[in-house]
Amino acid sequence: MSNEIFVLVEHHAGAVTDVTHELLGKAAELGGPTVACLLGHGARGLADGLAADTVLSVDDPVLEHFVPEAYATVLASLIAPRDPRLVLIANTTVGMDLAGALSARTGRPLVAYCTELAFDGEATVATSQVYGGKLNAEVEVTGPVIASVVAGSFTAASGSPGAVQDVAAPDLSGVRTQFLARVAPDTSDVDITAEEILVSVGRGIGGEENIELAQEVAEALGATVSGSRPVTDAGWLAKTRQVGKSGRKVKPKLYLACGISGAPEHLEGMSDAELIIAINTDEKAPIFDVAHYGTTEDLFDVLPALTEALQGAIA
Amino acid sequence: MNIVVLLKQTVDLVEELELNDDGTDIEREYLSFKLNEWDEQALEEALLLKDAGAGSVTVIALDETDVDQSLYSALAKGADRAVKLTGDFEGGVSSHRRAAILAEHLQREPYDLVLIGVQTPEDLDGQAGVILAGRLGVPHVSVAIGVEPLDGGVKVSQEFGAGVVHELKVAGPAVIGVQAARQAPRYVPISRIRAAMQEGGIEEAPAPEVPAETGLKVRRMYAPESSSHAEMLSGGADAVAARIVEIIRERGILK
Ligand SMILES: Cc1cc2nc3c(=O)[nH]c(=O)nc-3n(C[C@H](O)[C@H](O)[C@H](O)COP(=O)(O)OP(=O)(O)OC[C@H]3O[C@@H](n4cnc5c(N)ncnc54)[C@H](O)[C@@H]3O)c2cc1C
Ligand SMILES: Nc1ncnc2c1ncn2[C@@H]1O[C@H](COP(=O)(O)O)[C@@H](O)[C@H]1O
Repeated sequence: MSNEIFVLVEHHAGAVTDVTHELLGKAAELGGPTVACLLGHGARGLADGLAADTVLSVDDPVLEHFVPEAYATVLASLIAPRDPRLVLIANTTVGMDLAGALSARTGRPLVAYCTELAFDGEATVATSQVYGGKLNAEVEVTGPVIASVVAGSFTAASGSPGAVQDVAAPDLSGVRTQFLARVAPDTSDVDITAEEILVSVGRGIGGEENIELAQEVAEALGATVSGSRPVTDAGWLAKTRQVGKSGRKVKPKLYLACGISGAPEHLEGMSDAELIIAINTDEKAPIFDVAHYGTTEDLFDVLPALTEALQGAIA
Repeated sequence: MNIVVLLKQTVDLVEELELNDDGTDIEREYLSFKLNEWDEQALEEALLLKDAGAGSVTVIALDETDVDQSLYSALAKGADRAVKLTGDFEGGVSSHRRAAILAEHLQREPYDLVLIGVQTPEDLDGQAGVILAGRLGVPHVSVAIGVEPLDGGVKVSQEFGAGVVHELKVAGPAVIGVQAARQAPRYVPISRIRAAMQEGGIEEAPAPEVPAETGLKVRRMYAPESSSHAEMLSGGADAVAARIVEIIRERGILK
């Protein structure tokens, strides 16, 4: 095992993701040496903006788009000879495909949903969010380890690399996954990232027929209705209204969360809102840890009362 | 096409989660368990493929608490076969162990496509589907929001943040981690589930014994001590509503 800390560089549409810089920041804080793994085709230029001791750049036409199998094969081939003590991967769609694959391929333990990391002698101590953010687990691993890290956990580093090394891709002719197309986001609906007030509903709203309770509050406030993933998956609201990791990241002046538990994937999309007010009957719901104000009253009572109070206040 | 769907029973997060005596795991004894919500999406996607004539659906689960309920419900919804792998799963099963057992079992169960929920709330050591694919040596795609037949393989829609979707073509057997089916999971009346129960029809087989360590030692589990907590408003809906109006007016949000 070497002392190196590997970071997977995730980049989309020619830009390195914020969480990549956060991982580089943590890697440096842990003492490095930091090795950024930059995979792509014609993306080598991105190395200039990476605060790492070394960038390993692998360029191959197969890597032009994210092909899980190909990326896993290349990363495994980078890990094998250098045997890093820690491999950091963001817990994104890309990371969810790669971290487990590398654990299976290299036999290294994997800590998922990681939010904290420290070295304790030979051991790595990591904190993980489990049970939808209701519990943390502190785990200890001896020997080399992979961590998939929740975005927003660490402070980003900025800078430029010490050295950039080109590494030839391993044989990728056996890859059975092929990139077909990129489907751009739907822009026909309101852009919830541009809205100043969002009344956001979660599974607690119970059904499509109840959305109108939120709609009424929104109308009284001059706001827009958004929602959590289960609500858009069920078709109660359009996909364009989804807030969170796989939806939109929003930063409104007011975010009124109604019947939303506050799972880490939801919080990723709204915890920076200026004012968060949460209505949730479960006093242990993680949403209350990011909300400024909260209530455990039933949303079916609070929303109509709020509509009325707002109408009175404005009239 | 033989489509296999892997089902897991998981804790209902609406419940209060108690810790065991040494504070290293949840206390499972008195909790109620339900089908992992993403597995329900995986099952729906498989049933949509079956409805389109793409193949048959076999659901496979470890014998975890209340799993029969989920298996009969899958049969009632239209799955062709349900297989329960028996063994000692009382203390919970890590993703690495689950993947090892299922990989071994799938050596004997012909499959073209494996669908599994993209995650469960308990995946401390990673998601079982991708680890399974690694063990089987087959391609994997995570966070799928659509799987359709294409040229003897499948076309998978993989979701990234902010509404971006990639379409991938996967040839040959593969494991797909499903985030959401193309439509909301179908509803099945309780009477149909009862009828399925009456018919029986769950096949049982002993889970293969495979050594699989996570390499993780849990020092402690705890409810996050957040640095901040919401100021709680109470006193009934009307009082709360009035307070909310006051707060947003003070902040100049209400014009
Ligand atoms: C790869 C990936 C990406 C994801 N991306 C996103 C994303 O972008 N956005 C997102 O939201 N999720 C996302 N998720 C899903 C996320 O993990 C959670 O499942 C989801 O956020 C839960 O939504 P919820 O809070 O509405 O539902 P639940 O967790 O079921 O919470 C419902 C809440 O309503 C409360 N409630 C019930 N009845 C009432 C009542 N009458 N009054 C008041 N409160 C009530 C309950 O106490 C409960 O806390 C993603 C998951 C994965 C795996
Ligand atoms: N981890 C990654 N490393 C390198 N390239 C990636 C990674 N993730 C996504 N990409 C690619 O970045 C490009 C832009 O992505 P997108 O804008 O999402 O279409 C695509 O070619 C993706 O496949």
